[in-house]
Amino acid sequence: MPKDHGIGASPKRREDVRFLTGAGNYTDDINVHGQAYVHFLRSDVAHGKINKIDTSTAEGMPGVVRIFTGADFEGVGGLPCGWQVTDKNGEVMKEPAHPVLAQGKVRHVGDPIAAVVADSLEEARTAAEAIELDIEELPAVVDMGKALEAGATKVHDDLSDNLCYDWQFGTDTETTDAAFAKAAHVTTLELVNNRLVANPMEPRVAVGDYSRAGDDYTLYTTSQNPHVIRLLMGAFVLGIPEHKLRVVAPDVGGGFGTKIFHYAEEAFCTFAAKACNRPVKWTSTRSEAFMSDAHGRDHVTKIELALDKDNNFLAVRTDTKANMGAYLSTFSSSVPTWLHGTLMAGNYKTPAVQVNVKAVFTNTVPVDAYRGAGRPEATFQLERVIDKAARELGVDPIALRRQNFITQFPYATPVAVEYDTGDYEATMAKMEELMDIPGFAARRAESEKNGKLRGLGVNCFIEACGIAPSNLVGQLGARAGLYDAATVRVNATGSISVMVGAHSHGQGHETVFPQVVAEMLGIDESMIDIVHGDTSKIPFGMGTYGSRSLAVCGSAMVRATEKIINKAKKIAGHLLEASDSDIELKDGQFTVAGTDKSVAWGDVTLAAYVPHNYPLEDIEPGLEETAFYDPANFTYPAGAYACEVELDPETGKVTIEKFVSADDFGNVVNPMIVEGQVHGGIAQGIGQALLENCAYDENGQLLSASYMDYAMPRADDLPHMANYVVDHSCQTPCTHNPLGVKGCGEAGAIGSPPTVVNAVIDALHSGGHTHVSHIDMPVTPSRVWAAMNSQ
Amino acid sequence: MTKVTMTVNGKSVSGEVKGNTLLTDFLRTDLRLTGTHVGCDTSQCGACVVHVNGEAVKACTMFAAEADGTEVTTIEGMANADGSLNVIQQAFQEYHGLQCGFCTPGMVMSAAALLKENPKPSEAEVRDYLEGNICRCTGYHNIVRAILAASGQDVPAVAAE
Repeated sequence: MPKDHGIGASPKRREDVRFLTGAGNYTDDINVHGQAYVHFLRSDVAHGKINKIDTSTAEGMPGVVRIFTGADFEGVGGLPCGWQVTDKNGEVMKEPAHPVLAQGKVRHVGDPIAAVVADSLEEARTAAEAIELDIEELPAVVDMGKALEAGATKVHDDLSDNLCYDWQFGTDTETTDAAFAKAAHVTTLELVNNRLVANPMEPRVAVGDYSRAGDDYTLYTTSQNPHVIRLLMGAFVLGIPEHKLRVVAPDVGGGFGTKIFHYAEEAFCTFAAKACNRPVKWTSTRSEAFMSDAHGRDHVTKIELALDKDNNFLAVRTDTKANMGAYLSTFSSSVPTWLHGTLMAGNYKTPAVQVNVKAVFTNTVPVDAYRGAGRPEATFQLERVIDKAARELGVDPIALRRQNFITQFPYATPVAVEYDTGDYEATMAKMEELMDIPGFAARRAESEKNGKLRGLGVNCFIEACGIAPSNLVGQLGARAGLYDAATVRVNATGSISVMVGAHSHGQGHETVFPQVVAEMLGIDESMIDIVHGDTSKIPFGMGTYGSRSLAVCGSAMVRATEKIINKAKKIAGHLLEASDSDIELKDGQFTVAGTDKSVAWGDVTLAAYVPHNYPLEDIEPGLEETAFYDPANFTYPAGAYACEVELDPETGKVTIEKFVSADDFGNVVNPMIVEGQVHGGIAQGIGQALLENCAYDENGQLLSASYMDYAMPRADDLPHMANYVVDHSCQTPCTHNPLGVKGCGEAGAIGSPPTVVNAVIDALHSGGHTHVSHIDMPVTPSRVWAAMNSQ
Repeated sequence: MTKVTMTVNGKSVSGEVKGNTLLTDFLRTDLRLTGTHVGCDTSQCGACVVHVNGEAVKACTMFAAEADGTEVTTIEGMANADGSLNVIQQAFQEYHGLQCGFCTPGMVMSAAALLKENPKPSEAEVRDYLEGNICRCTGYHNIVRAILAASGQDVPAVAAE
């Protein structure tokens, strides 16, 4: 019988009632009295010199409050990058200015040029059309290879070229070359990790408010991390001290990474609220979102795998170009480096791993973390090259992986990280069982009877989550600590408010976090509420990304609850006239060990706030504790995925017929929510593999700027219930956080793209198309058709 | 400006609207019924689905003036009379058919329209019907299960498969 409460149970989400009745409070639902509306006039060319912006006509238009241009932001800070990468020569990355509104040049389609604040949105839009622009269009650099050619047009005139950094990591060149030199077989694969747009269903919104009375600001924003926005915007852009700036991220409609970053529109609305002495609201349209939300992925990679005569992996060497876009978004520089290179060992005991990454500026929207952030790119190239090697060597792809698995833990990889626990054999075996691998031949025969090709794809993945030990990431260039914080406030009658730095925008923290505290105290979950998303209500927090909420913020909450228990035991000991070391807490009762003397949770909490009979000489009244938790290591969720595709050789169309994931997330607090996270991640991974592509033409025009052109996965693109299992029964608990949890938010998006592509290649080979060794994502019918007919 | 009068969630309401005011804007801004969401500007995402005279309509594709004299139901009008969740809403909670909640109002309204015209849909029919509703969080799996369960069909409980 599964548990019905506490850790391991799946209580229904308490968030759901408000979302299901239309009572959610999303940022666009917030209207501040007297607010004005801003419309951003954005560049429609990818690269251009701003000769003139004439706003005089527009300023006289009805309802216009004020029009801002880049000139209004001279002397104001630019949008900062949060991670300084040092290149292989010891030089720090190039870090161009990123003004709130364009100054001198526009550098991508969507770059904001001017902002019209008006009484209504319609008036703002109408006035924006009356702004006279003289922009001299310049040649655009879009392709990363061309951007790096000598003499290429520069995105930033003050930089020597378009290379942000040239980074190398892992095993040294001499050792790596030696490993390749003695290899019996080398498999090489060149591939693209396609540019994606995160597309949370709620577009971004910002509402800035300023109070002259207190000289303080409030920003309501669609953010995954309100404290990070307060820090970045306050300290680096607008120069507002923390105590004068409140950032509120209420109900947020999905994030997937793209709502981590500090954006120009947030800074603008905050700045303009004071300048106009009116609240200023901006709501992104979806079209605007496509050209202003940070994009994801966009790597071009050559990977080589060296094997000995017995098919043991000897070495991996990669050479990647990573697109940064026109400016460095908040965490952009860390994605192709520390979130990617450190995972290139995968699940395998390859002795030499060398990663090379050139980060490149282009005239495109900035690229930053999107669900998985660097780890999907690492997994895709590694698991694709292993599959190709298996095919070249004529060995079973599962056996080849198995043979090279890391089996001893802890395991220090050649790329700096130390995996604390894992059992890759267990997840592989679980995947094989659930997938019914022996039944594949019969299913393939059935598909072939219907004129279809059927392919089986398998792969493993590992990720580094629970980001991250602050002292380590500080050495690697992070400009922030990556701990988290929680305050447990026990009220007099025993109910509890837990203020957490993690932000919930779909993850169900309001349900899951109380499960943990309730389990520790032995009280009912309904007595506990979670407070998040408001810098004025919670002590501090680094927010939600990198599958870190429970592993890092949850750990802070555990530590704070432990402090509560320690203090409560002292109070109980006083009430029971016993030593606190003899007090046991079980099911909400404090008992003197070995006796029937006890007091209830509520008696102790009441005593803390009505301290008439209380050890005032030893401890303070009240019952509230805060903990900051800095993780000792990353966590390392891992797993094995498999899928079967059917490919119609007449059209090239691929459908997913069966999908199995076997994940190891360590301990699981709420299985229902974990499975939901995996479903969502896999849908995004399948979307990347088959459908989604953010496309630019050679002039830097964004071709996929709406849902008419950017193919989001729909319900009928995904496998049916009977042929879809997400399993998390293999559990090797994390050894260094108190809950033993590893994180589950990104796994699906990391693990699934190679699964699909491996299956497609398998299907093509089964149909005799053995010349096709790779198809770049998205594997659209036209690409499949072209590959099939490329001989 | 044109005066419009309509019945929204059983109550008669009226307002002055411009000719180009969308039904979404009238609901969200004039009536403060913010449960109807706007997730795109090309009528693709379905977050704004409401019922007009019992038919599912993307409220971003209809002018408020066109809704004059109609009966409109939004997500705010879907719960039972006593305020408890209706059978579809309950199933969405039971089967974890929502995460961030942003697409949810449109999903529930589409599901209700589907079950009205097809009380026992197959899984394929549910997936096909949801073509006009995009969810980025759930991968649709639990939404499909919730709708099948709401139709009275046997669906295994979540986290118990």
